[in-house]
Amino acid sequence: MDATVLPEVTSLGVVIKAIIILTIISAIAGFGTYIERKILAFMQRRLGPTHVGPFGLLQIAADGIKLFTQEDIIPQNANKLIFQIAPAITAATAFIALASVPVFPDFIIPEFIPILGGTFVPSIAADINVGILFVLGMMAAGLYGPLLAGMAQANKWGIIGSARTAIQFLSYEVVTGLSILAPIMLVGSLSLVDFNEYQAGEFTEWLIWQQPVAFVLFLIAGFAETNRTPFDLLEHEAEVISGYATEYSGMRWGMFFIGEYANMITVAILASVMFLGGYNDLGFIAGWFIIILKISFFFFLMLWVRASWPHIRPDQLMWLCWKVLMPLALVNILITAIVMMI
Amino acid sequence: MSLEEFKNRNVGEQSYRMLDLEHTPETGLGKFGQVAKRTVKGELFVGLWVTLREMKNALFGGKMHTIKYPLEKLPISPRYRAIHDMLRLLESGHYRCIGCGLCEKICISDCIKMDTRYDENQRKEVSEYTINFGRCIFCGYCAEVCPELAIVHGGRYETASEQRASFSLFEDMLTPIDALKQQKEFDGFGAVSPNADENIKKTPLAY
Repeated sequence: MDATVLPEVTSLGVVIKAIIILTIISAIAGFGTYIERKILAFMQRRLGPTHVGPFGLLQIAADGIKLFTQEDIIPQNANKLIFQIAPAITAATAFIALASVPVFPDFIIPEFIPILGGTFVPSIAADINVGILFVLGMMAAGLYGPLLAGMAQANKWGIIGSARTAIQFLSYEVVTGLSILAPIMLVGSLSLVDFNEYQAGEFTEWLIWQQPVAFVLFLIAGFAETNRTPFDLLEHEAEVISGYATEYSGMRWGMFFIGEYANMITVAILASVMFLGGYNDLGFIAGWFIIILKISFFFFLMLWVRASWPHIRPDQLMWLCWKVLMPLALVNILITAIVMMI
Repeated sequence: MSLEEFKNRNVGEQSYRMLDLEHTPETGLGKFGQVAKRTVKGELFVGLWVTLREMKNALFGGKMHTIKYPLEKLPISPRYRAIHDMLRLLESGHYRCIGCGLCEKICISDCIKMDTRYDENQRKEVSEYTINFGRCIFCGYCAEVCPELAIVHGGRYETASEQRASFSLFEDMLTPIDALKQQKEFDGFGAVSPNADENIKKTPLAY
């Protein structure tokens, strides 16, 4: 990428980009529920949704209608304001995190479109120099969604869910931060664009070959932060009904899910850009296509893992975090530092 | 899954395998060793492979489990006790029921009601015969007690009804005369055992 020929980023372009992210990621999140149900079904040798539309594709629309028209119940003893705000926190932080992540390639709106014609739409809505830090911070702020939701709803399961939110997200935030510290030291930048350029060229340049431990740690912590299956303690039905989301219905409940799926996509993008070579061309395959392939792979991996592995107990979760992953991350940083010094 | 496999409930004939479970380590070093071993062993990838294999089998191997129920139906066991059937004699097409009243007598939920009379040939014929399926518990005693294999259990297991007491008349359960060739013998309670011919002995004439 030659930075000099890029047109100026206008505020209009950023607004358009924000709208694009919001609409397309929401749509992908909806589609993700369909994909998740289909893949889980196939892995259990079931058919999944089949009746609404061809291959059950319109199931998304049916779910949407159901979520929008469902009665929005607020429990009697709940703290109404916090109860209403909490889902918005989850969804909002998930989308704000996407602001400093490269989502789609740059493009210029064609001239023949009346008002917006000629506007340059950047690949990153906010290309700030502390990109990774901002994304991690926003994903960490996302813990307030489940935490406040669980505590506001005057429900035992909600309280347990929010307690688990606190321990799980706070603990794994440490692992995420420490695990990507070593790659950050190698690249010497917090910008995802720099990460991408560091790995330009053959796939032997990918950071996963230099930092395999960091990659695995980041993936594990990513699963925990997105509340995916081996670590889905927050809302595990068999134990705490639905955890922090027990009393939620309708679109408020849907917002938690959109937030979760947006977070899954964020983690998939982060893992692809930081460890698997990002959106550089690979041989004859174009960069925009290879990044979609990588993100799809990580999305599929999350569903695959959900179909395969049992989830773990809270004490095992804490044990894994503080006694295994965090020491490993520290050792990894130390070794990386020593190798860099030499 | 074939019907034979479905019916095999003999524990021990299936190919079970005992899991090779290790003892829980007692010492700290042992626990550490277990964690280290499990970390390197890649057992988690075996789990991933299993689900991927099942997905491959389901999508490309034709091993999908789902039965699209109202459109497809599983075969039921011939001994299944669903809505009753009244069978006909294969030779004459006349109904088999001789109006003996044993089924009415033995019915423990008191749901069979029958009325008989003599016809012009002084043969007993069934004038009224109803089964109240709101009361019937499908115990199978009627089929077991029937000396003529006339009342048996059929295969109609979809018994949802708009009324609590849904009666069934004799004619509804009787094999239609044009479907006589498709009439199947019942394998359940009261039916002739598969080795009935071997069990028949000559009546001893000389004592």
